[in-house]
Amino acid sequence: MVVLWTDALIYLLIVVILALGLHLRGKEHIKRPLQQIGRSKIGMVSLVVLLFFVLIGLLDSVHFKPTDDTKNEIISLLDYWATPLREHGEKTYSAPFATKLYSKEMIAMPDGSMQWGYPRLEFGGRHLNNPEMEKIPDILQKALYGLAQGASLIVFFMLLMWGLLAEQHKRLMLSSTAKTVLAVVFVIVSFSYALIYLSPYYHVFGTDKVGEDVFYQAVKSIRTGLVIGTLTTLIMLPMAIIFGILAGFFRGWVDDVIQYIYTTLNSIPGVLLIAASILMVQVYMASHESDFTSVIVRADTRLLFLCMILGVTSWTGLCRLLRAETLKLREMEYVQAASALGVKQGAILLRHILPNVMHIVLISVVLDFSSLVLAEAVLSYINIGVDPTSYSWGNMINGARLEMAREPIVWWSLTAAFVFMFALVLAANLFADVVQDAFDPRRSGNE
Amino acid sequence: MNNPLLVVDHLNVTFNHKQTVVDDISFEIHAGETFALVGESGSGKSITALSVLRLLPNNARLNAEAISLHGDNLLGRSEFELCKIRGRRIGFIFQDPMSSLNPVMTIGSQIEEVIKLHFNLPRDAVKQRALELLQQVELPEPQQRINDYPHQLSGGQRQRVMIAIALAGQPDLLIADEPTTSLDVTIQAQILALLKNIQQQTGMALWLISHDLALVSTIADRVAVMQQGKIVETGLTSEFFNRPKHPYTRKLLNALPSMQSCLMHSVEEKPPLLQVSDFYCHYPIRKGLFKRVVDYVRAVDGVSFDIQQGKTLALVGESGCGKTTLGKSLLNLIPGSGRVVINGVELNALSGEALRRQRANIQIVFQDPFSSMNPRMLVGDIIAEGIRALHPEVSSEQRKARVRQLLQQVGLPEDSALRYPHEFSGGQRQRICIARALAVDPKLIVCDEPTSALDVSVQAQIIQLLKTLQREKGVSYLFITHDLAVVAEIADDVAVMYRGKIIEQGSVADVLTRPKQAYTKKLLAAVPVLKTDH
Repeated sequence: MVVLWTDALIYLLIVVILALGLHLRGKEHIKRPLQQIGRSKIGMVSLVVLLFFVLIGLLDSVHFKPTDDTKNEIISLLDYWATPLREHGEKTYSAPFATKLYSKEMIAMPDGSMQWGYPRLEFGGRHLNNPEMEKIPDILQKALYGLAQGASLIVFFMLLMWGLLAEQHKRLMLSSTAKTVLAVVFVIVSFSYALIYLSPYYHVFGTDKVGEDVFYQAVKSIRTGLVIGTLTTLIMLPMAIIFGILAGFFRGWVDDVIQYIYTTLNSIPGVLLIAASILMVQVYMASHESDFTSVIVRADTRLLFLCMILGVTSWTGLCRLLRAETLKLREMEYVQAASALGVKQGAILLRHILPNVMHIVLISVVLDFSSLVLAEAVLSYINIGVDPTSYSWGNMINGARLEMAREPIVWWSLTAAFVFMFALVLAANLFADVVQDAFDPRRSGNE
Repeated sequence: MNNPLLVVDHLNVTFNHKQTVVDDISFEIHAGETFALVGESGSGKSITALSVLRLLPNNARLNAEAISLHGDNLLGRSEFELCKIRGRRIGFIFQDPMSSLNPVMTIGSQIEEVIKLHFNLPRDAVKQRALELLQQVELPEPQQRINDYPHQLSGGQRQRVMIAIALAGQPDLLIADEPTTSLDVTIQAQILALLKNIQQQTGMALWLISHDLALVSTIADRVAVMQQGKIVETGLTSEFFNRPKHPYTRKLLNALPSMQSCLMHSVEEKPPLLQVSDFYCHYPIRKGLFKRVVDYVRAVDGVSFDIQQGKTLALVGESGCGKTTLGKSLLNLIPGSGRVVINGVELNALSGEALRRQRANIQIVFQDPFSSMNPRMLVGDIIAEGIRALHPEVSSEQRKARVRQLLQQVGLPEDSALRYPHEFSGGQRQRICIARALAVDPKLIVCDEPTSALDVSVQAQIIQLLKTLQREKGVSYLFITHDLAVVAEIADDVAVMYRGKIIEQGSVADVLTRPKQAYTKKLLAAVPVLKTDH
């Protein structure tokens, strides 16, 4: 097993989230909003979609070197299961579900003569003898078969779960929210099963310029998007929380210094800083080539630095919010009562200020996540995002610049990137709305 | 008076289909009379008023036989028709003059807006009418003030503007929902006199909603008492206050603090616990690029007083006179200068760790029981916080035992320790705050208006609790309040504060019965006293 830097941070993040979950378990002020989220249909559905993306991202974060492979290549669990997708490379562009290339070539005919036409694909629809006649019935048959398999699998698991559940949980499962969630799980599992079933035989989203499967690219991009969304937050949060609370609580020169730092940072264009730091990383990697032997390690380092620099440029907004909230909280009577009781300032910060700004942190983390995923796409588009060799929606969109100019137009790369990104960002935004409603004391009205 | 102006017949209001807020009430208001609806907070009196105008929140369901104005049933009217009745035939004054005026419009244009809405008048006439209204509500210099923004006016003046807006439609009925609750006593008296005066001039009916029985007794013709959504007693004011029939009404009347109680206090002398001399608390006003200090706000301007052991000194004054600042700066929550000696230790000479050690001697109980506890902490942890900070050597078992004991002392069940503050009512929260202050065995507790956010009956309980604790533990109180009736109940000595200075101090009987200063006399005169013919 090989642990890349971003993998390690992702594992760390999961451990932190689990620990936080254990710590907050049974705390009334956290439990109540969580129950409200649990009751919201939109919240739970978007959470299921998000978790599905996270699951794919996690599968893609377990890297190892295959023992039977002669090439010096690091692959992930996802790559391992998607080996047919990964290795079924065509020559160049082909449309979704196509059996022939998208551009004309000289084809060697069986009788030895050469003919100008669309050659058959190497892998897409290879099992068909007469593509024109057999293709559509074959696709429908395979899709239905995949759907049926996926559906029966999920029904089997649901029945198994039902059998194992205790009586009071069964009543919970009959609530309308739970039914909606189960329906969404059912749809997601059967459709992805159908896609998995189809993908060894066809390129469901077509292939790109070098003949790589676009569906595979889009799925691989999930990890990049998630890493940028979460790791950046991980880097940004400590700075925003510590600086924001200190500035608001101590005021005076501490406040002046911190305000000076973030005003300065805010007045430098973020793109400039990001471009500079990405270039620095590239120069560093070029001069220490022996440390970055594999392409994937190199791409990973660049991704990590992108997260860091995005984190450094994006903590100021949250910091400002937290400073304002702390300024308000420090005048609250319970804080005054605590200092009248002789509680030390550190303890006041930890026990009275921090828990009371956590709802703002939570809301802005979920909101920032979707904007960071979009930011990656924009940065990759202007070539200062992730490494051009790594898979990301930004890179796919960047490539689509030329594809859109072709005649006939190549639309599937852009569409695939758009559909995946849209699903993730929409789910994250809807979830953020629900979280915001639940944790904002003014809206939930319980405090 | 055979034809009632407003009839409310079997009115029910429920929230979210289950929580009944107004429970089958019926009453009528006659033209030209003053009708008072009295009840504690949450009894449904404001909701009753709002449902007459159909201004209820979205999750409320209204159900009634009839709500009719001049025999005209409002229930069948459309929203559009109701808009013509609101403001025109029924005027409304809200409780909080700070938030009921639009801060970005001049008061003149806010009054003119209402006039234009209801009367088709030329522009000059509208302006003239607005000016007349401001004169009618006795706003000083209406010519100049008409172009002022709300923030340029004081609380009492803003309430006058609110009344002017309510009068602009020349209504037959004026609903005043706690019109004086957020105002000082002297201003409160002025506003009530004004309302009464205007009522006599115009002959409109006044529907007063209040929690203050004493205030109601001075102004109303008829009174109705509401308890948990029901009207439990209705009657003419004279009968009502002399011969209350319902037990709840009697309980309310008994809970009222009375000015007479001060005469029963003992006058035995005790050694002083706290000595404050020449105490100042000035805030610098900074201006300009380099934040030069150009002047000072003299919040507390050279006060001296003593508090004896086991006694209560009441600090009385109107809002903004510096009484809260003084209380907080005694605890070093706000920087102040002067000599503060408690129990022989000079507090001002201390700082850092030594000051932290001395914190146990003075504790504070705040006015607002809702913001004075961390909503994210368990009640047990809140009470134990002081013990943890000042006596870290105490084991957690002992601490828990102490918390149980404290909860019992303030009259709360022991399992309260494992609950969160928001699960408690205002009075219960104030008990928790008292327990928190008691946890470190203080010699003196500064009580900063601890009862002013509470209902009368709860207020009486809290004062009783404070008195009991004083008897048992010999703790002294600095009781900050604006309510002279409460002072009479609890205090041994009184200090009257005015613009940062103490202008009069002495024993409670002396100050309340034989005031020397004109300001004290004015304060005393403004306190509404229950009118009963004995």
